Amino acid sequence: MKTSSDPLVSASRPPPAERGVRAPRWRRLRRDPVTLAGLCAILLIALAAALAPWVTPFDPDDTNPEIALQPPSLSHPLGTDLYGRDQLSRVVAAARIDLLVPLCATAIAFAIGASVGAVGGYVGGWADQVVMRIVDAVMAFPAFVLAMGITAALGNTVANVVTAIAVTQLPGYLRLVRAEMLRVREMEYAEAARTVGNPTWRIVFVHLLPNCLPPVIVQASLAMGFALLTMAALSFIGLGIAPPASEWGAMTAEGADQMVSGEWWLFLFPGLAIVVTVLAFNLIGDGLRDMLDPRMRGVR
Amino acid sequence: MGFLLRRVVLVVPTLFGVTVISFCLTYLLPGNPALVKAGPLATPEYIRETERQMGLDRPWPVQYARYIGGLLRGDLGESASTGRPVLDDFVQRLPATLELTFASLVVALAAGIPLGIVSAVHRNSPIDHIGRVIGVAGVAMPSFWTGLLLIFVFFYKLGIAPAPLGRLGAGIAPPIHITGLYVLDSLLTANRTALVSSLRQLALPAVTLGISVMAPLTRMVRATMLEILQSDYILAARAAGLPAHRIVYGDALRNALIPTVTMLGIVFGFLMAGNAVVESVFAWPGIGNYAVTALMTKDSGPIQSFVLFVAVMYVLVNLAVDLVYGLIDPRIRFG
Amino acid sequence: MSLLEIEDLAVHFATEDGPVEAVDGVTLDVRAGEILGLVGESGSGKSVTAFAALRLLRQPGRIVGGAVRFDGTDLAVLDDAAMTPMRGARLALVPQSPRTSLNPVIPIGWQIARVLRHHAGLDAAQARRRTYDALREVGIPEPKRSYGQYAHQLSGGMCQRVMIAMALAAGPQLLFADEPTTGLDVSIAARILDLFRELRARTAAAIVLITHDLGAVASICDRVAVMHAGQVVEIAPVRDLFRHPVHPYTQALVRSIPRLDRDEPIVAIPGSVPALLRPPPGCRYAGRCNWRSDECCGTRPALRKREDDRRVACFGVEAGRVPAI
Repeated sequence: MKTSSDPLVSASRPPPAERGVRAPRWRRLRRDPVTLAGLCAILLIALAAALAPWVTPFDPDDTNPEIALQPPSLSHPLGTDLYGRDQLSRVVAAARIDLLVPLCATAIAFAIGASVGAVGGYVGGWADQVVMRIVDAVMAFPAFVLAMGITAALGNTVANVVTAIAVTQLPGYLRLVRAEMLRVREMEYAEAARTVGNPTWRIVFVHLLPNCLPPVIVQASLAMGFALLTMAALSFIGLGIAPPASEWGAMTAEGADQMVSGEWWLFLFPGLAIVVTVLAFNLIGDGLRDMLDPRMRGVR
Repeated sequence: MGFLLRRVVLVVPTLFGVTVISFCLTYLLPGNPALVKAGPLATPEYIRETERQMGLDRPWPVQYARYIGGLLRGDLGESASTGRPVLDDFVQRLPATLELTFASLVVALAAGIPLGIVSAVHRNSPIDHIGRVIGVAGVAMPSFWTGLLLIFVFFYKLGIAPAPLGRLGAGIAPPIHITGLYVLDSLLTANRTALVSSLRQLALPAVTLGISVMAPLTRMVRATMLEILQSDYILAARAAGLPAHRIVYGDALRNALIPTVTMLGIVFGFLMAGNAVVESVFAWPGIGNYAVTALMTKDSGPIQSFVLFVAVMYVLVNLAVDLVYGLIDPRIRFG
Repeated sequence: MSLLEIEDLAVHFATEDGPVEAVDGVTLDVRAGEILGLVGESGSGKSVTAFAALRLLRQPGRIVGGAVRFDGTDLAVLDDAAMTPMRGARLALVPQSPRTSLNPVIPIGWQIARVLRHHAGLDAAQARRRTYDALREVGIPEPKRSYGQYAHQLSGGMCQRVMIAMALAAGPQLLFADEPTTGLDVSIAARILDLFRELRARTAAAIVLITHDLGAVASICDRVAVMHAGQVVEIAPVRDLFRHPVHPYTQALVRSIPRLDRDEPIVAIPGSVPALLRPPPGCRYAGRCNWRSDECCGTRPALRKREDDRRVACFGVEAGRVPAI
């Protein structure tokens, strides 16, 4: 706990007039190679995914039984699978779904959760209480388990997986934004907006919500990684995206069957793709957190 | 005492909410449970009859009441794949899951807490950097992949670990049933063969699940420890001349472990969530695996029961953690 | 006669934007058994000086120059292993914020007792008894009951007394009291000051009272050192300082004290403390001083002895430019 007697705090903070000297926040990014690496990685993956049909060396669905189960080689850097399909092409093609689903799920959860949380936090009342009880009930389920239940009930389609992941993430955003709103609505600029006569929806969404967002943005970035892990795990156990659509988790499951006979490249590479992507999301999230939360700066 | 009572009472609405959600997942979502129960060869009349029997033609609140009633009686439906009541299947497989969960918890605590402490005390040292890299990378690795990797390296390549075929090696008989936890039962009945075998089989799955939940624990221990080391009371202790290592490993640790207890509830949640996947990878005969294999036959009863069970356990464990925390933190106990 | 001699101490804090020169060439001395007031505005470096002497500076602060001679030994060059036995036993600290300076999950009695056990080698029972005595000595009414209580159960004043007991437990020769009255009720603050007076009489320890409360200083200090922007500008016996302040800053401070016996306007000190990140060379008060010269802006004035027992760092005073009050 730092108090004003802490020699570190009282002596090292320059007096207020000097604060403009500090570099603006986004320029800090240049000094943070790790976050930059994460950002580049994601951009690269996204680009590869978007351009997949033109970038991949082979057609990912092209079965070719003669060259089945070949280890990595120059022509097939990630090897071939049971049906002779080029793994590299499949991994790249799968990037589409593995990036889009977390993105959609997170975006939906964020949009709905933040809106409901903002309104609930500002307006309060019995509706807010009811919503919070529902949120408590949903959050009483470990996220992955709830996702399992939802996809089991609804069925294995992409839309259902997106729904399931969005539902598990939604309460988190709701609570976070609501908590920030409770703090922010007491601030003077909120009072000013009320006095001027703005309608409530305008106050909430235009004036106050943007100020609630920084911690939520950090959460969203980290949540993307978790969404991807959830989707991959669901697919692995058969609840998520099913073949013939390529998805990294499902591919790892296929690879697991082959592992007993020694074909290690089939499970390793799709899983590695997951690791790299989630890592990149997390690095970005950590970097965002360091940028947006001044208290965390310096505590590395 | 008031705190305890209040906390217990708060659990009731949460449990109510949990059962409502579980009910929704089981009955209200698209798909007709009667179809599943009646089987693929049923005639439309038989399906309608089954619907009536299951009460699907009644209004929702009534169906919910029947559902709760069933739960309290222990009726979780029947598994279409095994043909037995789900409850029986559950009870039979639960010890395996519990054993795995406990073992993984031990792994997570034994690896995570010391790593967090050392990271904080020797901040920015090589150990700290390694620890943080492990933490960051560890969170990014899906547990199924880690499990497969471990099996490949330790069983397939190095031959150190046994084949992932279940709780005991081939041909070894389980110990006499006391708790159902093979390690414990082997110890209690002095059954050396079973003890060794069950430990060997438990190793890889426990390590897989343990390290997959380790990261948040390590991070929290490190952050708490760092915050405490910067605190005024640690400074005051130093100013009073108490030696550094006694302050760190005595005071700071004691202060850091208290909030860490609250983390245990969350860790338990992660463990239960990861169970299904890890049990799948290692063919571990627990309730997670049971639920997952039932899916292959479109039998959703076990999965929903699994979901409900995990949620209830999670709520109860968190309650227990809160109560324990209330006892060990003097600020709450002697508020 | 001097128990503690700080000579030309300099402390820097390394930041992203460069070193912050929190303390620059501080020289002062503390004599055995006296109460020395160390006064200055917030950020003047008073606490930093004390923490530097105790070698408790937090990262990224470090001593970059000067000496801290305590009873002959230069504390500034000792490593932690050599410094630790001195803390508590020979020099001690009563920190600011007494409530947060107590471990919230350990009973306060234990916290004192273990200091005793560590320094005096007592066993548990003896330490407990001595702790009851210590608590009584600092004026805590029911020592046996208070022993088992936790910090959050005590009032601010009580926490302060506990911290004083803890600091004095091992019988140190020198005590740094960091803003002991800040945040306390006026009446409670007065009682704490009385306690210090009493303790000085009873234990013969020297006390450095770090504060920005000139009233407290006038009340119990023997001598006063005035700091501004990391430099000591004047050291004098307390009466002399208040009656006849010599340094322009001290004069301005004394003039800013509201008085009931005279009908004078309160004069604020113009300007503000300069930034310590890239501080001006020369005297750091020059920017706010009416009598500054070019020499003041270019070279740092050293503390020079004037009439008996007063030292002042000011070119203007030496040159006779600054009128006496």
